[in-house]
Amino acid sequence: MYPSKFDYYRAGSVSEALSLMQQHEDAKLLAGGHSLVPVMNLRLATPPVLIDIGRIGDLKGISSVGGSVKIGPLTTHAMIEASADVPALMSQAASGIADPQVRNRGTIGGNIAHADPASDWPTVLTALGATINIAGSNGERSVGATDFFQGLFETSLEENEIITSISVPSHGEGTGSSYAKLFHPASGYAIVGAAAVITMSGGQCTGASVAVGGLTECATKAPSVEAALTGKALNEATIAAAADAVAGDLTGDILSDFQTSAAYRKAMVKVYVKRAVSAAAGI
Amino acid sequence: MGNYIGKVVKRVEDPRFIQGKGRYIANLNLPGMSYAAIKRSPHAHANIKSINVEKARNMEGVIAVMTGKDLAESGLGTLPCGFTPPDIKLPPYPALAIDKIRYMGHGVAVVVAESRYLAQDALDLIEVNYEVLDAVVDAKKAREEGAPQVHEETPNNTSFYWPIGDKEAVEKAISEADHVVDLNLINQRLVPNAMEPRAVVAQWDDFSGEMTVWTTTQNPHVIRVLMSAFTLFIPENKLRVISPDVGGGFGSKIFHYPEEIIIPWLSKALNRSVKWVSLRSESFVTDAHGRDHVTNCKLALKSDGTFTGLYVSIHANMGGYLSLFAPMVPSALCLTLLNGIYTIPAIYGETYGVMTHTVPVDAYRGAGRPEASYMVERLINIAAQELNMDPLEIRRKNLIQPDAFPFQTQVALVYDSGNYPGLLDKAEEVSGYQAMRAAQKQARGEGKLVGIGVSTCIEACGVAPSKAVISLGAGVGLWESGSIRVHPTGMISVFTGNHSHGQGHETTFAQVVADELGVPIENIEVIHGDTGRSSMGLGTYGSRSNVGMAALSKTAEKIREKVIKIAAHQLEASVEDMVYDQEKGEIHVKGSPDKKKAFGEIAFACLTAHELPDGMEPGLEETSFYDPENFVFPNSAHICLVEIDRNTGEVEIKKYTAIDDVGKVINPMIVEGQIQGGIAQGVGQALWEHGAYDDQGQLLAGSMMDYAMPKAGKLVDYQVDRTETPSPHNPLGVKGVGEMGTIASTVSMANAVMDALSPLGIKHLDMPLTAEKIWNAIQNSGS
Repeated sequence: MYPSKFDYYRAGSVSEALSLMQQHEDAKLLAGGHSLVPVMNLRLATPPVLIDIGRIGDLKGISSVGGSVKIGPLTTHAMIEASADVPALMSQAASGIADPQVRNRGTIGGNIAHADPASDWPTVLTALGATINIAGSNGERSVGATDFFQGLFETSLEENEIITSISVPSHGEGTGSSYAKLFHPASGYAIVGAAAVITMSGGQCTGASVAVGGLTECATKAPSVEAALTGKALNEATIAAAADAVAGDLTGDILSDFQTSAAYRKAMVKVYVKRAVSAAAGI
Repeated sequence: MGNYIGKVVKRVEDPRFIQGKGRYIANLNLPGMSYAAIKRSPHAHANIKSINVEKARNMEGVIAVMTGKDLAESGLGTLPCGFTPPDIKLPPYPALAIDKIRYMGHGVAVVVAESRYLAQDALDLIEVNYEVLDAVVDAKKAREEGAPQVHEETPNNTSFYWPIGDKEAVEKAISEADHVVDLNLINQRLVPNAMEPRAVVAQWDDFSGEMTVWTTTQNPHVIRVLMSAFTLFIPENKLRVISPDVGGGFGSKIFHYPEEIIIPWLSKALNRSVKWVSLRSESFVTDAHGRDHVTNCKLALKSDGTFTGLYVSIHANMGGYLSLFAPMVPSALCLTLLNGIYTIPAIYGETYGVMTHTVPVDAYRGAGRPEASYMVERLINIAAQELNMDPLEIRRKNLIQPDAFPFQTQVALVYDSGNYPGLLDKAEEVSGYQAMRAAQKQARGEGKLVGIGVSTCIEACGVAPSKAVISLGAGVGLWESGSIRVHPTGMISVFTGNHSHGQGHETTFAQVVADELGVPIENIEVIHGDTGRSSMGLGTYGSRSNVGMAALSKTAEKIREKVIKIAAHQLEASVEDMVYDQEKGEIHVKGSPDKKKAFGEIAFACLTAHELPDGMEPGLEETSFYDPENFVFPNSAHICLVEIDRNTGEVEIKKYTAIDDVGKVINPMIVEGQIQGGIAQGVGQALWEHGAYDDQGQLLAGSMMDYAMPKAGKLVDYQVDRTETPSPHNPLGVKGVGEMGTIASTVSMANAVMDALSPLGIKHLDMPLTAEKIWNAIQNSGS
């Protein structure tokens, strides 16, 4: 609980934060502090400078803009949990993050910038086809979630860049979504997480976006599952068959710890994809 | 009857706790405080080739840096072991490692600095050159030939061997049995994880030569004796040990720990107050762990389910050093409970105490008794399955009957009282057992994995009398003291040598004294946890606070006697004619209720002292020392219902019923709270918790990210009910409740899971019964 010595600056705006970042090499941004501070306490991270962006009001809140929902990076998990404006699987996923204390402090932007493979947001945002909007010293840019998450604790954020918002397309009529998660018995993080956005029309699946996380180095889309669902009449058998196809979508190493083997995770991801798709399709 | 005993009285300690006004050691700040941090070994087995502390010593803000060698050379003692069976091999336990590391987490150097942050920075400047050696972490492997040796003093890593019972008779029973259940099992290692980490503050007074130590202990008086006689060598009358509000112990705060002697030693050497508060990550590798037994056990039966013999052989993992009571747990506290609540004609048990390169293991809630129950009740359940009997029926067939008390077991103990058939009947009825079985049959027909877990258990609480405890190997007797000081205004201070670290003694002990004297509970304050205020006491563990309550009951009797004498004198009546009305707190003349004195009047008369009987001393204060004549034996029957998700192996608890006989109940709410918390802890062991090591002695479950504590969301509302057979020898009839829930729930939950899996032909899985372990077993069963 005793981090090494660091300097602390508080930024009042995004531009001030960017300029502080330029002045202080190796500085870390502090938002809710729920990913960064624990590793600092263990001295696994020893940033010499923290730039606190936690009070930049523009970066917090949820608003509907046209056909999408815009979520500020400082929006807490609890705010998302309570929101009626975000897609159902976002509030559902938020309700399963840690405990109320963490949900009241931890932020979605901090979470995705940290890119813990066992976090829920990368999987959820990948399935939703979210866009991450970023500001940097060279201006602004936007990146799709699939390109944003690049590996174990690795994103496409460059030095001196800040997430300014996350845009999530709103669901239309006939579209359902759900997140299914196998909780780690100790940490509560996802051993396996599966998110599904399913559009049904006349009993047929006309659109499917499925992502999985927790078991691989970063959340990934499951195109084989999507292909096996799209155009099909969904029932238990077709969903189960589609979920089994997820095996072909897993890339890189399958993670394991002393309690949860890679083999178990590979088996469970099928179960949880099936659960997420079934719930999203209302079956 | 009084006004308080047996009633729900809200806990007097709760207002301060729920308002954040509790006084914990971490909150304690003294003038001139300095702060200690300890450099710990990342290896389990290593030679320390060299330690360079120069950079740390020269860092600004650092007051002192000392190594294990420095401390030993300055005269600091080694940590004692308080339970020494015959022929035990007892390697010395230095507070900081001197030249060899024997578990990951053992300290190698201590830094004292002007702030806790600086102390932590200085740790990073200490350079330790280790020669890393092969480690052994498994108790059974440690006794094999060629295993890495932990200590020279313990050949084959075996510290002690402790047998009990009639081995020949058991062998004969097994050879003649119609049926034998033979089971190898592991009772896994647990990390206690009390809410408040351990902490120590020491303040040396150079003027008076007095040392005050604040430490998170369950038994401050015991720690003071040990400090004075074995470790610090400060005269006991110059040493004050205070254990203020303590956030949970579960056994882990009984023991004499390295930091408890390092911090006072430094305070004296530096003439500064010194504070050390454990980090959670330090707690994982320094608080004594629990359980860790590798066991073979056998139950011999007749074909009709009658038990004929029980054999148990345990390899108990003691860790890198022998912690204070470690050898007692798998021996005298475990094997003596093998009798369960059954008639078993022949019992034999033996324990090997084995050293390994792991954190020392000692008592953890239940301490030996959950291990005993787990063996007996798993064996019985498997026997029931194999003989095609209902688990309740096979138990009923073998129960000790209510007319058999006092009951001499095959393993030393004499049970005081109980109604075991009544207990089982009530559990069956309250849980709706027969309906659950019918529903289970239907669910199984639908392919569901539904299981019903049954267990009974018995606990020996109070750990007494002193003669018996010492004959088993303990270093001290386990009596208790209780003092009552009635102030002139009638307000009362009660002093106990027990310690409350969550149990609610400030409420229940006050309930007892209030009823014994007939005074309002608001007039009573219970004082504990301070050797400077209470008389000697042995502390709180082993559900033994009933001993302290009994002492206070005896003390109250002395107070009443004196009060009656004074009242008789003042009312000019004979003592024999006086009636002490314990409901009203009045003393009147028999037949003349108006000729009376109030308790408060007598209290004041003891100050004015001019109206006392001739020769009577003034003042109203008494002390008793109570050494119980036997253990007390609470017992229980728990029944639970689970369903396993066939696709994932996850266990869902559907229902939990606990029937406990804890003797006379002082406060039903507190008793239920103890049972509820105990159940959660036992279920935690059954399903989730595992202090797992890799084969080189690295603790894999070294943080809350990896060590799965039970969480409220995974548990259910319990049905908690009781039977009551008062203990005949405890003055209050109480039996003890602290460990009951844990002992019973571990095995009832394990039995439920195994019952759910039984249609698949799965006989036994070791705890924790994790989703993956169960899922694998289901896959391998071929169903």
